[in-house]
Amino acid sequence: MHLTAAEVRHVADLARLELTEDEIALYTEQLSAILDYAESLQQVDTSHVAPTPYVLPSYNVMREDEPRPCLSNEAALANAPASANGFFKVRAVFEE
Amino acid sequence: MTKPLYTLTLHDAITGMRAGDFTSVELTQALLDRIAAVDRAVNAYLTVTPERALEQAAQADAARRQGADAPLLGIPMAIKDVLSTEGVRTTCGSRILENYMPPFTATAVQRLQRAGMVMLGKTNTDEFAMGSSTENSAYFTTRNPWDLSRVPGGSSGGSGAAVAAQATLAALGTDTGGSVRLPASYCGVVGLKPSYGRVSRYGLIAYGSSLDQIGVLAKTVQDAALVLQVMAGHDGNDSTSLDLPVPDYRAGLDRGVQGLRVGIPQEYFIEGIQPEVEAAVKTAVAHLENLGAQIVPITLPNTEKALPVYYLVATAEASANLSRYDGVRFGYSAGADSILENYRESRGRGFGAEVKRRIMLGTYALSAGYYDAYYLKAQQVRTLIKQDFETAFETVDVIASPVAPTTAFRIGEKSGDPLSMYLMDVFTITLNLAGICGISVPCGSDNQGMPIGLQLIGPHLGEEAILRAAHAYEQTTNWHTQWATPETANV
Repeated sequence: MHLTAAEVRHVADLARLELTEDEIALYTEQLSAILDYAESLQQVDTSHVAPTPYVLPSYNVMREDEPRPCLSNEAALANAPASANGFFKVRAVFEE
Repeated sequence: MTKPLYTLTLHDAITGMRAGDFTSVELTQALLDRIAAVDRAVNAYLTVTPERALEQAAQADAARRQGADAPLLGIPMAIKDVLSTEGVRTTCGSRILENYMPPFTATAVQRLQRAGMVMLGKTNTDEFAMGSSTENSAYFTTRNPWDLSRVPGGSSGGSGAAVAAQATLAALGTDTGGSVRLPASYCGVVGLKPSYGRVSRYGLIAYGSSLDQIGVLAKTVQDAALVLQVMAGHDGNDSTSLDLPVPDYRAGLDRGVQGLRVGIPQEYFIEGIQPEVEAAVKTAVAHLENLGAQIVPITLPNTEKALPVYYLVATAEASANLSRYDGVRFGYSAGADSILENYRESRGRGFGAEVKRRIMLGTYALSAGYYDAYYLKAQQVRTLIKQDFETAFETVDVIASPVAPTTAFRIGEKSGDPLSMYLMDVFTITLNLAGICGISVPCGSDNQGMPIGLQLIGPHLGEEAILRAAHAYEQTTNWHTQWATPETANV
């Protein structure tokens, strides 16, 4: 499995990661090597095997939907890079 | 002269305080002095909290004078810096969380605090627990107390080194693919990874959510059992924590291994393993047999597939979990002009090389066109790995193996080659994929004096069996009485 630099750029875009040209070159090589190593999985016959996303028996965990104590507005915003009027502050998503 | 207080086991320290031999303030001060003496060389701690520790110690002493007692009342411990601690900076070894102050405390830590634990500080880790050496920490590399030119293992390398340097009585770590057991093995201390669901993950900053579990690094098996006892059990804040009774882990420790069936998996004694590691583990198995255990050769045929499965499953989960670092709600923000550029720049600059590599791999494995070939396939092979263990545990009670193929490697030796670093996890990741428990207990050293660990593996919720076997081994050997002397090193 050999990745191209264009594929690596596409993945970086999906992951919202800004990478330098050096990083793209490095990851193109390293991810190709790791994926080559992972190719061995294709030899395993899994045609009748269910996937295990989670090791415990699956079940839904429910609780009563009732108000409980939660973080104050101040505590929730304490780590925000920018906030205003009790909200997280971000750049406009839609420009006028 | 009596033994310095920092050399005590957790068990002996609580016994001494109950007897009135010394106070928590004296014990805590002894450990803070020890940190000051050795941590300049070892670099185990990212943050030390001396004022807070002495205040908590004074409170513990006051409570004890009033007649109170608790399992950890006045016991100083260290906490891996991926566990949230209210009011104490929690970095995950990452620049992106350099100034992050959690607004709440992880359940496991909170339970230790309610049992009287005194927190000494937060220990170093590979960034977001991704690594086997602490070399991926954005801050510094922790050094192995047995040889400062070598790594302590990872990712809980700060916790392992702190225990081995006797700069804490015990420490919490986390284990997603071996991150408690590997540093325990490399540093010559005990490392316990409980079964998935045994300990709440609430407040553990997530890496691979189906694999992550909080564990203990300690001087003895008994100490590890004591800490697990306090942490274990259901928590309404973690829907994956099991609502099942918690056994008394210390009650059965002294029952010995007479008649215990110990499986030896042929796939864990492979070519490429350091000969001294293989010899030490085989000697340890023979020792268990002399103590009355029954040795049973077994096979875990899908073992060699575990590494690629792990690096697809864990990175896929990581790529989703780490999407929360958006430069908006917490953490580093690049302050770019558009929201999309701000995501890209904040994450591109805030994360280190290994974290970005894993996010990239996981994003690729989950992306359109590759999901079935990589992620789904890995989850199917994961089922086969889990079934291997289920079949084995029909005929054995515990499984014995090495923790890692080699002893601690030199700093920088593997940092340019991610695959060779990943290979250190080959004997530990299988347990996380299957959700079962394991413990690393010291069983020897190589010709350089570097410690070797014996891994004892138990079925899901089989902690009692591995603790009992590990305790029997430890108490009839003297590896746990040998300590590194980082204070004598020239820095």
